[in-house]
Amino acid sequence: MNNLSESGKSGMNLKETELTLGLPGEPRVGKACMKRVFSETVDLELGNSGKKDSSGSGSSMKKESATSRGKLVGWPPVRAHRKNIMTVKSGKYVKVGVDGAPYLRKVDLELYNSYEQFLSIRTVLDEKKLMDPVNGVEYVPTYEDKDGDWMLVGDVPWKMFAESCKRVRLMTRSEAIGLAPRPETKCSSSSS
Amino acid sequence: MDPVRKRTKDLSKSVDSAHLAPFPDEVLEKVLSLVKSHKDRSSVSLVCKDWYNADRWSRSKIFIGNCYSVSPEIVARRFPNIRSVTLKGKPRFSDFNLVPQNWGADIHSWLVVFAQVYPFLEELRLKRMVVSDESLEFLANSFPGFKVLSLLSCDGFSTDGLKAIATHCKNLTELDIQENGIDDLGGGWLSCFPETFVSLEVLNFASLNSDVTFDALERLVSRCKALRVLKVNKHISLEQIQKLLLRAPQLMEVGTGSFQQELVPRQFAELETAFGSCKNLHTLSGLWEASSVYLPVIYPACANLTYLNLSYATLQSDELSKLLPNCSNLRRLWVLDTVEDKGLEAVGSSCPLLEELRVFPADPFDQDMVHGVTESGFVAVSSGCRKLHYVLYFCRQMTNAAVATIVKNCPDFTHFRLCIMNPGQADYLTNDPMDEAFGAVVKTCTKLQRLAVSGLLTDKTFEYIGKYAKNLETLSVAFAGSSDRGMQSVMEGCPKLRKLEIRDCPFGNEALLSGLDKYESMRSLWMSACNLTMNGCRQLAKNMPRLNVEVIKDEESDDSEADKVYVYRSVVGPRRDAPPFVLTL
Repeated sequence: MNNLSESGKSGMNLKETELTLGLPGEPRVGKACMKRVFSETVDLELGNSGKKDSSGSGSSMKKESATSRGKLVGWPPVRAHRKNIMTVKSGKYVKVGVDGAPYLRKVDLELYNSYEQFLSIRTVLDEKKLMDPVNGVEYVPTYEDKDGDWMLVGDVPWKMFAESCKRVRLMTRSEAIGLAPRPETKCSSSSS
Repeated sequence: MDPVRKRTKDLSKSVDSAHLAPFPDEVLEKVLSLVKSHKDRSSVSLVCKDWYNADRWSRSKIFIGNCYSVSPEIVARRFPNIRSVTLKGKPRFSDFNLVPQNWGADIHSWLVVFAQVYPFLEELRLKRMVVSDESLEFLANSFPGFKVLSLLSCDGFSTDGLKAIATHCKNLTELDIQENGIDDLGGGWLSCFPETFVSLEVLNFASLNSDVTFDALERLVSRCKALRVLKVNKHISLEQIQKLLLRAPQLMEVGTGSFQQELVPRQFAELETAFGSCKNLHTLSGLWEASSVYLPVIYPACANLTYLNLSYATLQSDELSKLLPNCSNLRRLWVLDTVEDKGLEAVGSSCPLLEELRVFPADPFDQDMVHGVTESGFVAVSSGCRKLHYVLYFCRQMTNAAVATIVKNCPDFTHFRLCIMNPGQADYLTNDPMDEAFGAVVKTCTKLQRLAVSGLLTDKTFEYIGKYAKNLETLSVAFAGSSDRGMQSVMEGCPKLRKLEIRDCPFGNEALLSGLDKYESMRSLWMSACNLTMNGCRQLAKNMPRLNVEVIKDEESDDSEADKVYVYRSVVGPRRDAPPFVLTL
């Protein structure tokens, strides 16, 4: 009975680490698809209604229930009082994404006092930490600041980072090449 | 109406009977009054005229699943002695904004009749009805013995209406206000309960947004010694809930307020003690903004908990994993998908008695794919919780194989509601439709009463449902199916189907008309954004005069299209309060 969950789980892990760069929700067809440049990943509209992509269903919906921005009325079927649970929360939530993984995680920066604490939290890649030299694929944590610029994590004091950070993305080394070079010290030493 | 019974039985008939002497009416009524379930009562009334009458006179509770299926006058005529009324109004999809404002389901006309006919009315439980402040005031002043007011998903009133209830209902035992769209004009209503008022047993104002005077609340809780359910709103702090618990250690169900407050160790200890002193506590909810820091104060109460509602607490997996081993007696658990699969693994390993699990999405409308739960979390729960029979699961990916495993682990599902949030999404591993998943559900779970399907689904799913779901009563369908054949399969199968709600499916007139023989045995059918036309609906209406076929006209749509259709059986014909945008065909 556990076979499925175990094999499915490990299978999923391997697939998760593959850099397939497909849209979330789409089938993972291996390493096909074009490579997206960094700027494109930021603008990517994820989570669009998958109706249009559901080929082979033969489902021919005459009318779309969409309102503006491709948002569907009343979908998912969540009642009004549940809609704003995350938005009314206090704390400073930023989305943390990892290259190669389709899902993001929301993390409350107010819970951490230093880069060391922050970088040691687990990512969506299950057991892997944000910055873990053991996993073989080195990720470079980057963040988008108040002005919309993408910077390397660790360049400024923690407090300043926490205040100006809007979202975080772990990029593979190759992806992060275009960004400003970072000082040799901080990140690598604080993550060990 | 005079509650004195009239003897209508013709005794001469029974003298000729060579069989048993007839029961006196009083005995029959006494016996029948022990039959509680309204379905059984209904069956009882169909046996013969004597039993019909006995049920008539002895019925004190009535349940009306669709307020437009009958009129208050008819109810009053048939049942002279009603003390408790449950009424449901709008179609369920109104919860998701699919029904325009001013559609109907106003309680007032019912109250007017009840005031004349049932002066001793004690209980009113409403779901998805429109209730105005005037109605609440009228209610408060018309029924001196009024005890129970329960409003679930209602709208149209404000806290002023609650003021009237608190002021005038001297015998109130229950005030349960849940998830309503109301105007919150302040918390002063709670202070309207007079100091002499002591009868409250249930108070639920968790969904109200404004502050109540804590002092008044504390005094109310102190003097209502029979209070067993107290659910406060998020303005009540941790410190305040501690004081309330001390006043009412007899509480069985508690909904806390906000769980985020800076506490010193002494306060923390006091809270722990307070929770520990509630020996009868079996249900816990609220817990807004609860985090790992203060959650441990509830640990002393966890061993006895059977129902834990964490759906307002954005807990992470490790927080849940630490909490659950304390809660081995849980039967019902509601959580947010922030707990992720790892959190659900903890559910599977810590709560072997679990019967119901609901996993809600914390970020349902976020355009980015925020991580939640997947198929493996669901499998993990099914593996450890073999008594699971009710599930509501919002996720972003699922596989046919996982669902097959889940129902193999838990074949006793009565309610299986799976929502794969991306419409029309396939099995993410195989890219197949999710037909086999729901096929497995209906084949394996023979007791299934309620099913909600999602994901990429062809007509095959509905063929399975029609063929195997013999006990299915409620079916919810969205963004699914390939042709009319799908819906037809359901209409031709599913002998016990009562409620069918469909949105955004390619089902047209032929599908609609295939259910001709079925709709009178159902409570209602809802179809929106399908392929129905006005002509198809007219044809249905023409062939089935005892159905109300209502079309909600959408300004943007074509005149010939029937964008939103609501069909229901009724003994009173077309409703007279339909707004201009509702056409009854």
